[in-house]
Amino acid sequence: MAFKLDAKIPAGALAEKWSNHKAAIKVVSPANKRKLDIIVIGTGLGGGAAAASLGELGYNVKVFCIQDSPRRAHSIAAQGGINAAKNYQNDNDSVYRLFYDTIKGGDYRAREANVYRLAEVSNLIIDQCVAQGVPFAREYGGLLANRSFGGAQVSRTFYARGQTGQQLLLGAYAALNKEIAAGSVKSYPRHEMLDIVVEDGEARGIIARNLVTGEIERHGAHAVVIASGGYGNVFFLSTNAMGSNGSAAFQCYRKGAGFANPCFTQIHPTCIPVHGTQQSKLTLMSESLRNDGRIWVPKKLEDVKALRAGTLKPSQIAEEDRDYYLERRYPAFGNLVPRDVASRAAKERCDAGYGVNETGLAVFLDFKTAIERLGEDIIKQRYGNLFDMYEEITDVSPYKEPMQIFPAVHYTMGGIWVDYNLMTTIPGLYAIGEANFSDHGANRLGASALMQGLADGYFVLPYTIGDYLAKKIQAPKVKTDTPAFDEAEKAVKDKIAKLMSINGKQSVDDIHKKLGNIMWENVGMARTKESLNTAIKEIQALRKEFWKDVKVVGDPMSFNVELEKALRLADFLELGELMARDALNREESCGGHFRSEHQTEEGEALRHDEEFSYAAVWEYKGMDEAPELTKEALDYEFTERKQRNYKD
Amino acid sequence: MSCFLCNSSLGKKLVMSLSGLFLVLFILFHMSMNVVAIISPEGYDAICKFLGANWYALAGTVVLALGVLVHFGYALILTLDNYRARGKQRYAVTTKEPGVSWSSKNMLVLGVIVLLGLGLHLTHFWAKMQLQELLDNHEVVLCNGQVVSPTDGAALIAYTFKEWYNVVIYLVWFVALWFHLTHGIWSMFQTAGCANDTWYPRLKFAANALATLIFLGFAAVVVWYYVAQHCPCCAAC
Amino acid sequence: MNFTLKIWRQKDAKSKGAFETYKVSDISADTSFLEMLDILNNNLVHEGKDPVAFDHDCREGICGMCSLHINGLAHGPGQNATTCQIYMRKFKDGDTITIEPWRSAAFPVIKDLVVNRGAYDQILQAGGYVSVRTNSVPDANAIPIPKADADESMDAAACVGCGACAATCKNGSAMLFVAARVSSLAKLPQGRVEGARRAKAMVAKMDELGFGNCTNTGACQAECPKGISIAHIARLNREFLRAKLRD
Repeated sequence: MAFKLDAKIPAGALAEKWSNHKAAIKVVSPANKRKLDIIVIGTGLGGGAAAASLGELGYNVKVFCIQDSPRRAHSIAAQGGINAAKNYQNDNDSVYRLFYDTIKGGDYRAREANVYRLAEVSNLIIDQCVAQGVPFAREYGGLLANRSFGGAQVSRTFYARGQTGQQLLLGAYAALNKEIAAGSVKSYPRHEMLDIVVEDGEARGIIARNLVTGEIERHGAHAVVIASGGYGNVFFLSTNAMGSNGSAAFQCYRKGAGFANPCFTQIHPTCIPVHGTQQSKLTLMSESLRNDGRIWVPKKLEDVKALRAGTLKPSQIAEEDRDYYLERRYPAFGNLVPRDVASRAAKERCDAGYGVNETGLAVFLDFKTAIERLGEDIIKQRYGNLFDMYEEITDVSPYKEPMQIFPAVHYTMGGIWVDYNLMTTIPGLYAIGEANFSDHGANRLGASALMQGLADGYFVLPYTIGDYLAKKIQAPKVKTDTPAFDEAEKAVKDKIAKLMSINGKQSVDDIHKKLGNIMWENVGMARTKESLNTAIKEIQALRKEFWKDVKVVGDPMSFNVELEKALRLADFLELGELMARDALNREESCGGHFRSEHQTEEGEALRHDEEFSYAAVWEYKGMDEAPELTKEALDYEFTERKQRNYKD
Repeated sequence: MSCFLCNSSLGKKLVMSLSGLFLVLFILFHMSMNVVAIISPEGYDAICKFLGANWYALAGTVVLALGVLVHFGYALILTLDNYRARGKQRYAVTTKEPGVSWSSKNMLVLGVIVLLGLGLHLTHFWAKMQLQELLDNHEVVLCNGQVVSPTDGAALIAYTFKEWYNVVIYLVWFVALWFHLTHGIWSMFQTAGCANDTWYPRLKFAANALATLIFLGFAAVVVWYYVAQHCPCCAAC
Repeated sequence: MNFTLKIWRQKDAKSKGAFETYKVSDISADTSFLEMLDILNNNLVHEGKDPVAFDHDCREGICGMCSLHINGLAHGPGQNATTCQIYMRKFKDGDTITIEPWRSAAFPVIKDLVVNRGAYDQILQAGGYVSVRTNSVPDANAIPIPKADADESMDAAACVGCGACAATCKNGSAMLFVAARVSSLAKLPQGRVEGARRAKAMVAKMDELGFGNCTNTGACQAECPKGISIAHIARLNREFLRAKLRD
C-alpha cells in the first residue's frame, strides 16, 4: 500500500502562503493546552527551541536527550554561522534572494513553499536570539556583523566567533531552562527513545531506555516530535558527534512514517584528512575559512611526489606551480562554491593523482595570500581558535604551512517525510530540523542548518502542531497500559535480549567500521549503479553477520554503552541499505548525490528534471524486504530550474 | 540584607574580605608604629603611653579582637563547607595547575600559623603592657628580674629580641604573614568584585609590594634589636 | 607508542570503586586521547570484559561532555583544551597515565569515569536565561551593543559546562561556571533587566546544591578548556553584592 502523500501546501502567491496558512489553521485555547501532552525527542536547535516554545504556550512537554544535559546536542558544534535575509549589509539581500539561493543550492530538489517560509522566518530568528542574549559578533558601531558563506553572493551570515551553533543552542537551552523552571517542560537527560508507539494510526507515545539504569519506560502523549538530527554516522567516520544516530527517525520509519530522499548526504569539503585506521571521528574545519583561504593542489606531479616524500614543503612551491582549481573552474564564486561542488572538485583532483598527503587524499587550504593582504593579526582574530585547533590535531601551524583538508560526511538532507505542517505520514508524529527532509533539497548551503532547526522549533511547529492538537482537546490523557504499548515494550526488550545473547566475536565498532567502509566506497561522493548494487548486497550480508556474530558485553540493566551502540548500529545497517536503494533509484546527479553516469562534459552534476523532480518517499516493509517507493512531485511554480552555474 | 552575610557563600566571603581589609590596615598601622622603635625608643614609648589602657585603645583592642575572631571563624566555616563540597573520594593524583600560587591554596594553614604567632606575641607584649595597666599594675617584673613600666615598649622589645629563638620564631611568623598577605590583599578586591583582567597584574603587584613592606618593617625591628644587643661594635656605640 | 593506564573503575553510584591497570600498545602519536580509550575498550570487548565508561560526544571540544582527570589535571595536560582535544604526542612513550573521574560532592559517579553533572543544569534553571517569549522581541539591531561588550560577553559565553572548574577547585566551587553565565548576560543590555534577580537566584542554587566557596586560587581559570577568566567571578561578586545591598 503506497502512501497517499498530501504535502498540504497552501494555495496562493509564494510570499503569502505562510500567512494564509497561519490564518487558516486551528489554534488551541490556553485552557485546553494545559490538558495536552507533547513529547520532544532531541534537544538541539530544533528540539530545544520547540520544547521551549511549546512549553511557553502552555502545553505539557516532556523532552528527551541521550546526553547528560540538553545543552550537549550536536547543534552545538556548528561553527560558522546562521543565515538570515536581514539585508543589514545593504547588498541587495532579500527574503526572495535567500529563498532562491537555498532552492538553487539544493539543486532544485526542495519544496518551494517550505523554503520560502524558511527564508521568511529567518529574520525573526536573529531577533529572537539577540533578545535571548546570544552574543553575536558586532561592528564598532554596535550593530550586528555579517560574513559570507558558500553559495551566496551576499553577506548574510550572522556569527558568534567560530561557535555560532554553541551560542544559538545555549540560547535555546536557556529558553528551555526557563520552561523547566516554570514546570511546563520536564527534562529527561540520558534517555534514549527506542520505539514510537502508534495506536489507531496515530502517534501515542514512546518507549525509552533510561541509559543510567537500563530501565525501559513508557511515555504517552497526544503528539510526538522527532528532533533527533541526522544519520551521517552510518558512515562510521563523519563530523557528527559520536552519539549522533538515526535510530529515533528509523523507528518512525519502521512504524509507518515515510522516509524521504535518504541518499541525500552532504560531504563537507573542509575536514581534517583521515590519518589512520584507528580513528573514531573526523574533525570539521569551518566553512568560514573559505572566505580567506584559497584551495589548491600542485600543478606538477613531481611536486606531489616530493610533498609525499617529505622532501618539499608546500610553502616552497612557487605561485605559478599551484593549481587553484576552484578559482580556475568557478571564477564567479571561486573558493566559495557550495559544499557539494567544492567536495567533488577536491575528489576530482585527488582521483587525478594530485592529492597531497601520504594517502593521496588531501588538498591544501592556504592562508598565505590572506596573511599578506590583511596581516597575521587580523587572520588570528578571525580564525585564531580554528588555527590553534588545527595545530593541536596535526602538529602543523596554518600560519606557516597551508592546512590539509579533505571532504567528509557532515549532514544528511534526507530524513522523515513531512508535510507543510511538519507532520509525518503518521498523524500526531512530527519531525523537525535535520531529522526531516524538507528544506535543503539535495544539498544544504552553509549556515542554513541552524536556520532551519530554529525556524522549525521557534516559528513553525508551535503554530502547525495546534492544527492537529485542536482535534485532541476532548481526548483524555494517553494511557500507557494499552496493548500497543505492551507490544512496543516487548519488542524493545526482545531486541535487547537478542543482542545480549548473540555473544559473537566482533565488537560493535568492528562491524560499524565495515559498514562505514562499504558506505564510503560505494555510497559516498560518487556513486554508480554497480557500486550501489554492491553496497546493497554487502550491507545485507553484513547485517546477517551482525545478528549472528556481534558481541555485546555488560549488563543491559545498567549503564551500558556497548548496548547503546549495538542498538544504533542495528538501525544503521538497515538505513545504509535504504540510502543505497534510494541512490540507485535516483538515476541522475543532483546536489550531494552524484551518479558518475550522469554528469555534464565538464564533470558537473547533471539533473534529469523530467523524471526525477520528486521526493522519493520510502515505506518500510520489513528488515529483509525491499521498501516501497512513493513519489511526491516537486512542482516548481515560482522558480525556473536551471543547470546550477557557479562559473559566471 | 543582614542574613546574606551569614547564609550565602558570597556574603560570607565578603565578611572575610572586609575583616581582612580591616586587619591589613591595622597591621600597616602597627608596622609603622614599630619602625619608630628603631628611630627613637623614646618616641615609641610615647606612643605606647598614648595608647595605654585608655578607652579608645581598649575599644580598638576589642574591635581588633572581634576582627580576628570573625576573620578566623568565617575561615573555619568556609573551609569546612569546602571540605564537604570536595566530597569523600579524593583524587589519587594531583598536579599543581599552572599559574596557581602556593599561598592561595594554603591560606588556612598560613592563617593558623599567623594566629599561633599572634598568641605568642600577645603573651610577649600585650600581657605585659595593656593587660597590666588594666590590672592597675605600674611595674612589670620580667623573667630576668628586670623591672619595667607597662608603657615602656622599647624595653620589652629589647628584652624579647635579645634571645635568638624569639627572633627566629618571629621571622617565621612574618614569612607566613607575607605569604598570607600576597594572596589575601588582591583576593579581598576580587571578592568585593573590584577587579578585572586589567587590574589583576596591578592588584597582585600591589599585594606583593604591601606584603613585602609589612614584612620588612616588622622584621627590621626584630633584627635591629637583636643585632644592637649582640654585635660588639653596635654595643660599643 | 605504548602506555600503562591506571583507570578508576566503579560499577555504579553505590559501589566502591578502585583503580585497575591496563596496557595499550602501538598507539600512533596522532591518536587522540579518547581514541586511545576507544582502542582500549575495543580490546576489552574482545576479551569479554566490560569496557571503561567515559562521557564524550562531539570530539571537537565544544559539547562539554568529556571530562576525565588525567595525571592530576582536569582535561589532562595542555591548556585551553578539552580531553577530546588532547593527542597522545603530549605523552611520552611508556608513560603510566592515571585517569580519574571528576571528584566533587556535587558530581556523583554514575559509572567508572562518568559523573552526574545535573547540578549545573539546575543552577542554570534557577535563572541562567533572559525571560523573553518566542516572537515577542524587537529587531535585532534595535539596541546597539558596543563591540567590546559583545566580545566580553562572548568570552564568558564560551563556557561548555564541562565541570572542570568545580572538579579542579580544591573547594569544589562552581563559581567560574556560574560567573560565566551571569557575566555573559550582564554585559548585554538584554540581560541587564533581570541581572539582580539572576545573580541572587543562581548563587542561592549553587550554595543549596553543596558547591564550595571560592577562595580565588584561580585553578578553575587555569584548567578551563575555554580559558574563561576569573574576572567574570569578580563581576558575579559585584552583581550579587550590589543586588543584595539594594534589597
